[in-house]
Amino acid sequence: MPDLLLELLSEEIPAAMQPRGAEDLRRAVTDALVEAGLTYEGAKAYATPRRLALDVRGVDARSADISDERKGPRTDAPDKAIEGFLRAAGLASVDEAQVRTDPKKGDYYVAVIDKPGREAGEIIAEVLPVIIAKFPWPKSMRWGAASAVPGALRWVRPLQSILCTFGPETEEPVVVDFEIGGVRAVETTRGHRFMAPDAITVRRFDDYVVKLEEGKVMLDPERRKQVIAADARNLAFAQGYELIEDDRLLDEVAGLVEWPVVLLGEFDEAFLEMPDEVIRLTIRQNQKCFVLAGQGADDSERALANRFVMVANIEATDGGAEIARGNAKVVNARLSDAKFFWESDLAVARAEGGFDSWVDGLEAVTFHAKLGSQRQRVEEIVDLATEVASEIGGVNKHVRRAAHLAKADLQSAMVGEFPELQGQMGRFYAEAAGEHADVAAAIAEHYKPQGPSDTVPREPVSVAVALADKLHTLVGFWAIEEKPTGSKDPYALRRAALGVIRLLLENEKRLALKAIIDKTNMIHAEKPDGMPGSADVPDLLSFFHDRLKVHLRDEGVRHDLIDAVLTADADDLLIIARKARALRDLIDSEDGQNLLAGYKRAANILAAEEKKGTKPAKKENAKLFEAEPEAELANKLDDIGVEAKAAIDREDFATAMKTLAELRGPIDAFFDQVMVNVEDEAVRANRLALLARVRSAVEAIADFSRIEG
Amino acid sequence: MTENLPAHMRPDRSFQGLILELHRYWADYGCVVLQPYDMEVGAGTFHPATTLRALGSKPWNAAYVQPSRRPTDGRYGENPNRLQHYYQYQVLLKPSPPDLQELYLRSLYAIGIDPGLHDIRFVEDDWESPTLGAWGLGWEVWCDGMEVSQFTYFQQVCGFECAPVSGELTYGLERLAMYVQDVDNVYDLNFNGATGDDKVTYGDVFSQTEREYSRWNFDIADTDTLLRHFDDAEAECRRILETPEIDPRNGRPIVMAHPAYDQCIKASHVFNLLDARGVISVVERQSYILRVRTLAKACGEAFLKTEAGGAAAA
Repeated sequence: MPDLLLELLSEEIPAAMQPRGAEDLRRAVTDALVEAGLTYEGAKAYATPRRLALDVRGVDARSADISDERKGPRTDAPDKAIEGFLRAAGLASVDEAQVRTDPKKGDYYVAVIDKPGREAGEIIAEVLPVIIAKFPWPKSMRWGAASAVPGALRWVRPLQSILCTFGPETEEPVVVDFEIGGVRAVETTRGHRFMAPDAITVRRFDDYVVKLEEGKVMLDPERRKQVIAADARNLAFAQGYELIEDDRLLDEVAGLVEWPVVLLGEFDEAFLEMPDEVIRLTIRQNQKCFVLAGQGADDSERALANRFVMVANIEATDGGAEIARGNAKVVNARLSDAKFFWESDLAVARAEGGFDSWVDGLEAVTFHAKLGSQRQRVEEIVDLATEVASEIGGVNKHVRRAAHLAKADLQSAMVGEFPELQGQMGRFYAEAAGEHADVAAAIAEHYKPQGPSDTVPREPVSVAVALADKLHTLVGFWAIEEKPTGSKDPYALRRAALGVIRLLLENEKRLALKAIIDKTNMIHAEKPDGMPGSADVPDLLSFFHDRLKVHLRDEGVRHDLIDAVLTADADDLLIIARKARALRDLIDSEDGQNLLAGYKRAANILAAEEKKGTKPAKKENAKLFEAEPEAELANKLDDIGVEAKAAIDREDFATAMKTLAELRGPIDAFFDQVMVNVEDEAVRANRLALLARVRSAVEAIADFSRIEG
Repeated sequence: MTENLPAHMRPDRSFQGLILELHRYWADYGCVVLQPYDMEVGAGTFHPATTLRALGSKPWNAAYVQPSRRPTDGRYGENPNRLQHYYQYQVLLKPSPPDLQELYLRSLYAIGIDPGLHDIRFVEDDWESPTLGAWGLGWEVWCDGMEVSQFTYFQQVCGFECAPVSGELTYGLERLAMYVQDVDNVYDLNFNGATGDDKVTYGDVFSQTEREYSRWNFDIADTDTLLRHFDDAEAECRRILETPEIDPRNGRPIVMAHPAYDQCIKASHVFNLLDARGVISVVERQSYILRVRTLAKACGEAFLKTEAGGAAAA
């Protein structure tokens, strides 16, 4: 079976777009093959900074013949109808149509359209130009003389050549002949831009990969990553250092080189007095280099070394000495910029009132056009954090101070340069300013958790400020009707809500959300220039419910179990979560399953009888009991009613569920031995009354009717 | 390839030699080698030979040096890498030739950067100028980790689609010179290639002006005057463009696209000065940028009505 090889060589493709581009190419081509009636055995796509390549194995040599029938009108139908049929079926005259006889309908025409299979090469030549023209690059461009007229080919960067061959392994593959945007498919490509710029003739994937390697191009990004990671570790280790691993940087760097060459560089030791984060970010962000640490027992003990690892794209004629020297110069210059920021920030932080002057400076920074400045926001967060702290039992004099300073570092030069250091720099500067350790920690931690895998602050001051920051954001954006919709969540409000949920659940803190949202609405409203409306409390609460469901589902609690314990106005997330977890444990047990079955049976019988108009008795009458299980069930209901209520009152949901589970035996016995639908109406009503008590006893704990299964 | 040149002409020995070599290279290619535009601008792109000439269908190949002013980057001559006034070398090729990357790399070779010895990389950097209503896709070019050029395929300028697309190359001359001369401080660059007492450094020429302008940019520039200048330039630009497009002497069409564009440049630079004085708030910033962009769009529209803009000759 033939194989297809396709390579699209272009000017440098942005690193971040390469993986997606390769995947899009694979999907588009294989979909088009299948659509055209061709099967294939396997397909894999690759990307380098200059090329997307696709290897499709075992493609059908031609598509199957297809015979299609099209029913027409009766032979005695008006001419117009017959003409219309012929036209639609593409027949020249009725002679080309067949006549079929149907016992009911009589004679009618049928057009038999034979679609002979086509050569795969022909199909490929037809679909590829369309795929290339419609390629879903997130950003694409026009170029060159062709761009003078509308409709010119767009690509991520100028497309330079197309390599496309097709043929069975046993034979010489042929070039699939097509052209798009003035580029005609050929059997040649080029190697590394500098080390092997001449044309390379390729037959199929196997020799393509080999010849590219000879041409100093590693096609597979995974291989480039492995090579970079291994070489970097070895180089570091050989010099007595350890590489600080950085997977995201590795991904990016692998997309910047076709032929990775790892080199070691050095920077001025004096820069090591800056925080590691600053050095790492400067070197990583601006220079896309890895940092190293001295060899040590574990990450926390190792100090950063004044060395870094760069990944060049060339085997330089001097072994890389010039490259290392040049990079070191740039890294030193960048670090010297950072040091300037660090020192001038420290000078501000250490000066009397310096830190507070940053807070005042936030006046000029707009948080959101409709929500005012960051300065205003900070004041509101201070009030809210105090409120939250008193609610969750962490009243602490440091809360106000921490909230007040939480955003101060946004005014620092360093955060201006590296926004992702917000919070972290605030901590360093707060420490330098002599603020309390809890305050410094809260400044760093109040942005946390930043997502499902981020750690959750534990210190009471941090927790209060982190909650206040997120609640303030949510209420503010709800008030101005900027809620997340579908995949759009530009202000990361889902993440903020998840943050609130995790902060409360993981710290086991209870917070009445309705009251605190009301309070936040009031804090917003107290602004001198007013607020555009206030947040719709039930709507925001239901948003929290939705996010809680997502969060608990990840924890293994099914959404129907949460629904069973959730009421529209439930606003204590910790209680909801505890109930849901207790219910999950119950339902996971055998007793729980049987209880659920018994409940459903009782509920179904009641529903059926209610439909018929049968009324259960108001309360069961012991005198009407005819069988032992009736009395047992009634007694059990009396017992657990009290016990379960007491357990719920002290919020011991596990015990409440366990108590409920005790109903299982009596219910099973009841259904085994007692017939509900008896002739005697009084007895029947009495038994229905018992079932009604079962239903309400169970529903007092959770709405079992919402539980599936 | 430049070994036989005297030091004052060599790109690796003098700042002026670097400029001369680039001039020679792009003149050989067939560019018109222009002189800097005689107005204060923030970047070489603002030169009408780029902004306006990138519009319309007429082919255009030009190269020039453009002094560029970035008032907020002033450091009183104390930072070895930052200047409020520096030079860009600008090349605009319309339409972008198919071998633009090769042409660019050969120009690096011409000024003494051997791609076999250095790590030259095209790193994604999409260019956008909100004030000019312009954007393009391309890269920043790295040489051993240092950004030495911007490389952009213009897609839109003054709010108009580029048809055809131009290729724009912007060389950071000081950075390149520091690289090829191997100095760490911009002020240590040899400007004239001479040695001993005759040697003139970049610092000799510019450290005093950097101090003077930093002081003026940050502290002294009169903001009321500047605000008025902004309004004046804006009004004049509009007035020019609203003038009937007929030459009263002979009744022939005349569109004053360039005089109007001068006022747009002026407004843009005044905005940069106001920014350096710190009197523009975040919210106002957007509105100033929008006002300049509105002017730029109107100028682009006017240019497209002219002969150089590809309109049929009157």
